[in-house]
Amino acid sequence: MSAFNAAKGKVALRSTDVHDINSVKKDILCCGGTGCHASNAKELMDNLRKYIKENGLENDVRVVQTGCFGFCAQGPIVKVMPDNVFYVQVTPDDAKEIVESHIVGKQPVERLLFMEPMLKARVKDYAQMAFYAKQMRLSLRNCGLIDPEDIEEYIANEGYQALAKCLFSMTTDGVVQEVLNSGICGRGGAGFPTGLKWKIAAGVKAEEKYIVCNADEGDPGAFMDRSIMEGDPHSVIEAMAIGAYAIGAQRGLVYIRAEYPLAVNRLRFAIDQAREAGLLGDNIMGTNFSFDIEIKLGAGAFVCGEETALIHSMEGQRGEPTTKPPFPANIGGGYWGCSTNVNNVETYASIPVIIRKGAGWYSKIGNWQPEFDENGNFKRTISGNSGTKVFALAGQINNVGLVEVPMGTTLREIIYDIGGGISGGREFKAVQTGGPSGGCITKENLDTPIDYGNLSKIGSMMGSGGMIVLSDKDCMPAMAKFYLDFTKDESCGKCTPCRIGTRRMLEMLEKICDGNGTVEMLDELESLAKTITDTALCGLGQTAPNPILSTLRYFRDEYLAHVVDKKCPAGTCAKLYTLTITEDCIGCTKCKRNCPVDAIKGELKQLHTIDAAKCIKCGACIDGCPKKAIVKK
Amino acid sequence: MCCNKMSEGAAAKFAELDAFIDGLGIDRNDERRRGRLIQVLHRAQAIFGYLPREVQIHVAKKLYIAEAHVSGVVSFYNYFTTEPKGKYCIDVCMGTACYVKGSERVLQEFERVLGIKADTNPTEDGLFSISALRCVGACGLAPVVMVNGKVYGKVTPAKAVEIINEYKKLG
Repeated sequence: MSAFNAAKGKVALRSTDVHDINSVKKDILCCGGTGCHASNAKELMDNLRKYIKENGLENDVRVVQTGCFGFCAQGPIVKVMPDNVFYVQVTPDDAKEIVESHIVGKQPVERLLFMEPMLKARVKDYAQMAFYAKQMRLSLRNCGLIDPEDIEEYIANEGYQALAKCLFSMTTDGVVQEVLNSGICGRGGAGFPTGLKWKIAAGVKAEEKYIVCNADEGDPGAFMDRSIMEGDPHSVIEAMAIGAYAIGAQRGLVYIRAEYPLAVNRLRFAIDQAREAGLLGDNIMGTNFSFDIEIKLGAGAFVCGEETALIHSMEGQRGEPTTKPPFPANIGGGYWGCSTNVNNVETYASIPVIIRKGAGWYSKIGNWQPEFDENGNFKRTISGNSGTKVFALAGQINNVGLVEVPMGTTLREIIYDIGGGISGGREFKAVQTGGPSGGCITKENLDTPIDYGNLSKIGSMMGSGGMIVLSDKDCMPAMAKFYLDFTKDESCGKCTPCRIGTRRMLEMLEKICDGNGTVEMLDELESLAKTITDTALCGLGQTAPNPILSTLRYFRDEYLAHVVDKKCPAGTCAKLYTLTITEDCIGCTKCKRNCPVDAIKGELKQLHTIDAAKCIKCGACIDGCPKKAIVKK
Repeated sequence: MCCNKMSEGAAAKFAELDAFIDGLGIDRNDERRRGRLIQVLHRAQAIFGYLPREVQIHVAKKLYIAEAHVSGVVSFYNYFTTEPKGKYCIDVCMGTACYVKGSERVLQEFERVLGIKADTNPTEDGLFSISALRCVGACGLAPVVMVNGKVYGKVTPAKAVEIINEYKKLG
């Protein structure tokens, strides 16, 4: 196979164990993810190539566009290998200095190194960065390491070896059993054991079967699936082929959000490359196994992340869910009525590693406990917690980005060690996990090992792994309102509890945040929330009340402040405060000039005042005030 | 057929759409032709900019699907729009990460300055329209605004005004 031969040694310079600044041969890795792309990463690469050429180094130094490094807050990222030097916030203008000082002069550019917030020092070596030190990157193994548009680089880093292992040395039952033994559970949110899903699908006798990748990443604030598809599309393709072999499917479908154009393009490109290399299509690797993949574009509906809704959407219908059973694996329940297996992107990305390294290795990561029946056969996972999970850290945190950690890592480690703490020196209040279906985790639970079971015990859920960090300036009823506004919009309207219930709950939350709520309303809200949980048709409706129930459980006092005192302690609910200027005002007139509605009066060097009737509380005055003299009351 | 909303060159656009649909090899006796609908609507919206009724009817006929079904699908998905957009489409991300970083204030500022509401008709001069998006996945740059696909990160209400002025100058 030509692709396999050509791949040899292609990523040889990129080991994280080597730290050799004197190497003549170098790979300069530049992040090409959506975030860095938006910050002129392309121009930066063009400039790097230009200066490398000017210095006559083009035969020794390569500029490679990789997938996302996960360190999005500090983009664009540049990593020089085999030196293992990591540069952050690099602009196109920095290219000259990187080439002349670092590549030619062997002197790393000090000012572009990452400033470790906890150490308050610049870190030269990638291995010393706290952000990466505690991570275990399995499903993100190739993100930020290989060029996603080059199948040879994927192959060079052990790509498609798991598929070869399956086709040449494992039976289909053996593959299913391996995945089952690994204990991996669905990383998309529900946490159903993947191996069990495969076993059910494999057990269905049918001519026509489908394997589907759910890439409809709808949870706002989670972007690991996007990152994997942009940074390592072949891992998804390889895993789908393995799954197809295991369950006996001939066709694969990737249902992907249209809002992710870069991911769609990279995936399309990768599928074409895989076909060309004989890794998709008829008689893969010369065996009698044939399999191919088609891309189906979504069209912006959160509910399509639910597997029955997703299947309907792929059939060109409204993406409304249907009751299960029949499950998609059952005949009559899947794509065009055929037996269909649906897994999430992150789950697939883990599969090649599981096959390559074995279930025994994978199941010892994290804190998984299997339960066996009397014959010693695997029965079920007790809390379903082996392996690693990717989290998208966002919100009021220093190191916004993607992190992958073993299950059972505590929230404290993720937020303070990896995440670098709360931004702006503020105080930690809560983390919202599981997006619009999840709940919040408070300070008391910072040391809870994170896994599926523990999260649901404390009233949240794993979900797809979005972690929104909230500080003391975030209002919890307003967060619940934000999520309900989302689920109300995204409710497909099929069942009444969700269609009308989410709207009623939102109306109550609006009243509370506007200062028109009552204490009785809180009980009413809670009772309605519980009814919807019990009666809605699908996961979207059943979990829609979670943000309310969870914030009521942990932050009832904040709700009471809204309904009794008519105050918003965090100062975000605009109807519950007025802006006033304190004696600290020096009369610099900056706020007056910033005010978009001319609500501020005052002469130079005189105390200014705000006309509450005109003020729209946009906060532009607060942002500009050099003396912090404008306060919310 | 009501074509007053359609821009000039509508015939050429329909021809482009037809060429795409014909390339799919639609067989009216094959139940699975319906699976092509969303793909066709994506292409139609890329060609026309939006999906007015006459385009929906056209697609329905070409795919041998009921018009009501096409309309049902178009109205179900957020990505499809039945109203034309402005020359510059301002997408304000309202994902959670952007929300906690103050995207609501940014959205309000765009709405106030342009005098239009999000996800409604464009400004009278046809230059701007505003949409509230759910997460573009660039959470490191929150709050994020996209203008015709170009991404602006860490946007403040003050920066919103600058962005509008930047495009007003282009006309």
